[in-house]
Amino acid sequence: MAENISIRAVTTAEERALEEEREQEKAFRAAPKLNKSPLHGLWALTNRDLIKWYKNPIQLFISLIQPIVWLGLFGKALNFGAFISSQPGITPAEIAALNLKEFGTTSYFSFLSAGMLAFIILFTAAFSGMSVVFDKRFGFMNKALSTPVGRGAIVVGKILQSVIRSLIQAAIVLGIAVGLGMDTSHLNALSIAGAFTILFLMAFGLSSLFVMLALRGSDWQTQMAIINLLNLPLLFASNAMLPITIMPDWLKNVVKFNPVSYAVDGARQLLLGSPGSLGVPLWVDFGVLTAFAVILSGLGIVLSWRLLSK
Amino acid sequence: MSNQESVKQTEYSQRPSIVKVENLSKSFGSLKAVDGVSFEVKEGEIFGFLGPNGAGKSTTINVLTTLLRASGGKAEIAGLDIQKHSTEVRRSVGVVPQEYTADEDLTGLQNIILCADLYGIPRSNSRSHAIELLKLVELEDAANRKVSTYSGGMRRRLELACGLINYPKLLFLDEPTLGLDVQTRAAVWKYIRMLKESYHMTLFLTTHYLEEADSLCDRIAIIDHGHIIKIGTPDELKASIGGDVIVVGVVETEPDISSDIAKINLVKDVKKSGGEYRVKSEIGEEASIKIIDMIRSRGLHVTKISLTKPTLDEAYLEFTGRTLREEETNRMAMMSQRMTMRRARS
Repeated sequence: MAENISIRAVTTAEERALEEEREQEKAFRAAPKLNKSPLHGLWALTNRDLIKWYKNPIQLFISLIQPIVWLGLFGKALNFGAFISSQPGITPAEIAALNLKEFGTTSYFSFLSAGMLAFIILFTAAFSGMSVVFDKRFGFMNKALSTPVGRGAIVVGKILQSVIRSLIQAAIVLGIAVGLGMDTSHLNALSIAGAFTILFLMAFGLSSLFVMLALRGSDWQTQMAIINLLNLPLLFASNAMLPITIMPDWLKNVVKFNPVSYAVDGARQLLLGSPGSLGVPLWVDFGVLTAFAVILSGLGIVLSWRLLSK
Repeated sequence: MSNQESVKQTEYSQRPSIVKVENLSKSFGSLKAVDGVSFEVKEGEIFGFLGPNGAGKSTTINVLTTLLRASGGKAEIAGLDIQKHSTEVRRSVGVVPQEYTADEDLTGLQNIILCADLYGIPRSNSRSHAIELLKLVELEDAANRKVSTYSGGMRRRLELACGLINYPKLLFLDEPTLGLDVQTRAAVWKYIRMLKESYHMTLFLTTHYLEEADSLCDRIAIIDHGHIIKIGTPDELKASIGGDVIVVGVVETEPDISSDIAKINLVKDVKKSGGEYRVKSEIGEEASIKIIDMIRSRGLHVTKISLTKPTLDEAYLEFTGRTLREEETNRMAMMSQRMTMRRARS
């Protein structure tokens, strides 16, 4: 009897183990229905880079402090308004008129604030290619490429994470600028929404450009060189820091081919109510930037099909 | 080859092929990394590519997993042409690359779920499956730790779990134990065998460790300079270089019976030198008994006997004309391999 019981106990234990194994196998084999849309995985890829950003306190802190430093130090030190107001015998009305004539707004600081929005986006976008290089270097790119995720989704994910980060930073810059004395008489929900749409288009186009330039290479030194080569010219050959009116003619023409200029121009028209310094209406700014974003991201996706598999 | 193994062998050859490769080649500029290889992998077997660095092992895996485009030839995986149906192929196979691909800033669990997202596995399923896989590779305690805190062995296991997230029937492993210490290597082997035995998966792996190919693989393809030199089971490869060597010691004054030994079934070759016979046989265990019986039945004496099994090292030497050693490949490949080995030891 006792033997019987023990035998049965063993059997049940065995049965249970078998059952468990069968259960496990079933769980292992029951593959779920897959999401096969070409956009699947896009948010996962975007979010991965965003997690790396906001879960890293130092990186987050630096990217928040950077705009404060630029606006606070650069914006306040490069005080062109002082040239005007320090003229002997000038009246406040004349100062205001001169500011309006040169900068299209109440002060140089307000003028620069709009430029700084574009600046912070340009600098964030420039580094979007860096994460492509590191993903290639550390093997993650190969992992992603061995999955059915769309090659385009890999590229668009990189672009999107950079766009989101740069727009958040631009919003912080705007807040700081207002705190430091930017003209707020034209700020309202609509003008802010419009300005950020313009900035979104520029961020999308610029991020596409830098991601695209990183698709080929896999060493970060080259990528750094590309960033330095493009970043400052794109910034200086634009209307972001100085009014176009004081530039020589040849530079004016260069400025007109720079997409950054159109973003700054649009942002100034919307946020500061200034007349367009490029001499184009607002819809042209939107048009140029939309074309810029569509063409470059399209080019990036097409190149990703070609360059991401050899 | 024992009977049991020959049974196993016929069993494999009767199984359907899950990978069919015909005359596949891949060139980088003027370098022919893979030069017209043809082979088949049968369902449920562990198939190994054995060769030195730069032989074309990783390139073949990268072509089969559609990371690289083939320059010539064709390949089918589970009936799907890898060129025409690359996305379908990616969906159905698992890949454990040579490098450590996990994101160090994310936790182990986040990494697997990210992989699942890339395969389009719905979150309702992927979380539980990810935890299941972490248990399988015994990483559940480290699931919520950042990968940067993992040891080399833990990372390798995490890569294995990631490669299994899409319920693959076929898993590619590129140098799965590169740079790992002996103990960790044994653990990885355990998982690989378990995948074959418990989950009936087919495994395709590359290695440049002879003992790994010998103990793990059902069949091996020796690859060198982009060519497959020989395909067979480890025992077949060893046997094909002449088989086991039996040394039988006899009393020197007794008559020479070489020709009688040569007549014994299973004996391939006999040489007498002084007081011993050097006998070659494919199945040394069985032949040696028969030799002893025969000598004794003549009323003669056996003074000593020894049996030496050929090793895969010898077989490799025989086929490629050199020992398996590190070879310089292109700079990027070497750099990435060095990085993998460095991280494996961390």
